Amino acid sequence: MIKFDRFTLDNGLRVIVHRDSSTPIVAMNIIYNVGSRDEHPHRTGFAHLFEHLMFGGSVNIPRFDEPLERVGGENNAFTNNDYTNYYLTVPVYNLETAFWLESDRMSDLAFSVKSFDVQRNVVVEEFRQNYLNQPYGDAWMLLRPLAYKVHPYRWATIGVHPSHIEEATMEEVRDFYARFYNPCNAIMVLAGDVETEQIKELSEKWFGPIRKGSVYNRNLPLEPAQTEARTHSVNRDVPFDAVYKAWHMCSRMDSGFYATDLISDILSAGQSGRLHQQLVKNQRLFSDINAFVSGDIEAGLFVITGKLMKGVSMEEAENALQSEIDRILTTPVEESELQKVKNRVEAIMEFSEMRVLEKAMNLAYYELLGDAAQANELLARYASVTTNDITLEAKKLFGSENCSTLYYFANK
Amino acid sequence: MPQILNRKTQPAIQPPGRIHFPQPEIYQLSNGIKVYQFNSGTQDVISIEMVFTAGSWFQQKPFTAMATNLMLREGTLNFSAQRLSETLDYYGAHFENTTERDNAYVTLYSLNKHLDHTLPLLSEIVKKPLFPENEYAVLAGKQRQMLEVNRQKVNFLARTHFNSVIFGKNHPYGMFLTPDDIDKVSHTDLAGFHANQYHSGNCTIVVAGLIKPALMKALDAHFGGNDWSGTPSLREYTKPNASEKKNHFIQKTGAMQSAIRMGSIMFGRSHPDFAGMKVLNAILGGYFGSRLMVNLREDKGFTYGIGSSVVPLLKGGYFVISGEVGAEVTSQALSEINSELLRLCNEPVSESELSLVRSYLSGEMLRAVDGPFAQAGLYRELIEADLTMAHFEELIDTVQHISAQQLQDLAIKYLSPEKLFTLVVGPEEI
Repeated sequence: MIKFDRFTLDNGLRVIVHRDSSTPIVAMNIIYNVGSRDEHPHRTGFAHLFEHLMFGGSVNIPRFDEPLERVGGENNAFTNNDYTNYYLTVPVYNLETAFWLESDRMSDLAFSVKSFDVQRNVVVEEFRQNYLNQPYGDAWMLLRPLAYKVHPYRWATIGVHPSHIEEATMEEVRDFYARFYNPCNAIMVLAGDVETEQIKELSEKWFGPIRKGSVYNRNLPLEPAQTEARTHSVNRDVPFDAVYKAWHMCSRMDSGFYATDLISDILSAGQSGRLHQQLVKNQRLFSDINAFVSGDIEAGLFVITGKLMKGVSMEEAENALQSEIDRILTTPVEESELQKVKNRVEAIMEFSEMRVLEKAMNLAYYELLGDAAQANELLARYASVTTNDITLEAKKLFGSENCSTLYYFANK
Repeated sequence: MPQILNRKTQPAIQPPGRIHFPQPEIYQLSNGIKVYQFNSGTQDVISIEMVFTAGSWFQQKPFTAMATNLMLREGTLNFSAQRLSETLDYYGAHFENTTERDNAYVTLYSLNKHLDHTLPLLSEIVKKPLFPENEYAVLAGKQRQMLEVNRQKVNFLARTHFNSVIFGKNHPYGMFLTPDDIDKVSHTDLAGFHANQYHSGNCTIVVAGLIKPALMKALDAHFGGNDWSGTPSLREYTKPNASEKKNHFIQKTGAMQSAIRMGSIMFGRSHPDFAGMKVLNAILGGYFGSRLMVNLREDKGFTYGIGSSVVPLLKGGYFVISGEVGAEVTSQALSEINSELLRLCNEPVSESELSLVRSYLSGEMLRAVDGPFAQAGLYRELIEADLTMAHFEELIDTVQHISAQQLQDLAIKYLSPEKLFTLVVGPEEI
């Protein structure tokens, strides 16, 4: 249970405060409601590039990191399909520096042309390091456009191609900032040994004067229901064949989300998960295999990925995987197996609230979904899932026409 | 009238107060195993970490130490592998099995309310593993494939091969694993390694979380008996045998980036220069604002990330610079690294930069003792090196007081470019 207070500044900035007096560290987490789904199809990777630029200096502060390091703080950020998240931790006695820094870069943009040039290169190197120069590193970039034809989830956050980053212009950057980086499009969470009144004062002082900006109304095309199975095969310089399957699933706010998430746990959570027991240990067809939900806010993907053991044919591996899917479709899951995955969810939540930064991130995310209080309702939501719900959601999910499969073959 | 907000100037900086290092409660089980306990936190969870003198240092054949640790949970006297994982997962608990060069670790993470069910499983896996042949065949096959995938990565090749360059490929810290090594280890080797290394004479326990008074008794019941005694293993110092060549290259055709490693052997935590080197390392490559990051990433855009570290081991240690850079800028990157090393040797660090690093490191230490799990992790490293909290007091003292001159002397002593070894893994030799 994470207790919190909440208030909104006149310019629309939502602020959440969680008190935890057990630590000398305060976490500040800011979500901007913009992700790679909001990009232009010819400028993919832009939201993430922009995240890099946010460290390149603001109106009054030439470098973001240094003043924070000077007060013993540390920070970073990440971008995903749905939103951009900036976070920092700082000793409680130097908290005001965090307000000074984050409010300045919310006030106006002022990074240098040089920083822009350099960060484009840095992001291209990140693209290479994490995707292009890794075995199987492009699999997601191939799977997305197979599963999505219309919705912007069809491209990865890093972008479709490094050239999209290389061609970005300063003017596009300014437009992007004006559209998305406004207080009314942001959520700020403070967690640590702080009082709500103190945070109110600091927020009014530093963030209060910032222009409101215009509210962003998201209006993205809906992905039409998939009507036939799709497949795509590639050959790559990797040691072993792999298979990637994706089924369209419900959105994060859909009541079916919890059962769908538990299906992925039944299939592959922990070492006792069905796929690992059956396909890795008993039949020795895969060296590893995982099922997971993509975790997107809008209708996302339920994904199973596996690497085949050497000498195993794709057909044999896929048939065995299909029989595990058939099993969850036709045989009701045992009460004890469902209880197992629920217990696991409970433990994960308990462990995920060990640090103020994790709590701050959770609160900000659920506030973005609509209400931070949902962070405290999760356990009850998962607990209420029945064995019947599992069967029903599995039937919605695992229709063969709903599936996209990427066959990733090793060059011989 | 409201005051005009001064956005130009950073709000007043408070100097760090005294960092409070929490002391653990220490007690002994009936057979002499020492238990270190950090009782704090806000969540009703616990971690029980068992440290064994069972790192890869002690193996006769590569893969033995790691495979033994991983196989502990694949079948025991009273539990099949499947029943073990079913039970563990049912109670939402998990094991972490880690093997390092010096020691091996088996950690149970559990909700306190299920500890009566999960603690017996920990006892089962460390004391009564069977190393079943069929389970080992699965694990070895899986590990072999994972290794073959990892060997496609420039970064993995650089990391594993660099240690053999600086320690020698037959030194316990220099050995690295090849797929064929895996085939040479049998399930009976694991049983032998377990008998020699996993016993009460080689074990220390570190507990963290919200701890119930009954824990001490439960630990004694499971681990305090004489049913798993043994003679403590000793580590004989082995002299490193570094390569005669300073520059090394491994070709990875088609790679878009080169992985760079540059460094040399150094020393453990108790060496008088260790604390000073931590500060010097921070300046060079130990945080986001370090010289390597500012130069190669923020100024040149050669890399997504580059850094350096001082790695203490129990019988020595090493210093290493590591990063992946665009293949086409590899030689420029090497020359920039070189010039940063020379700058450390030739110029004293400015007061402004030094004070920045002092503050950054103080904040890092504060974060390092934030929460019971962090405290336990930190303290465990001290126990392993036979040190006490006084070591951190000294570290803080050095961070606050070391001079630019002392840092420059350290740079000349340890970081002159001609003393360091270089390994590049990339598409073509520079």
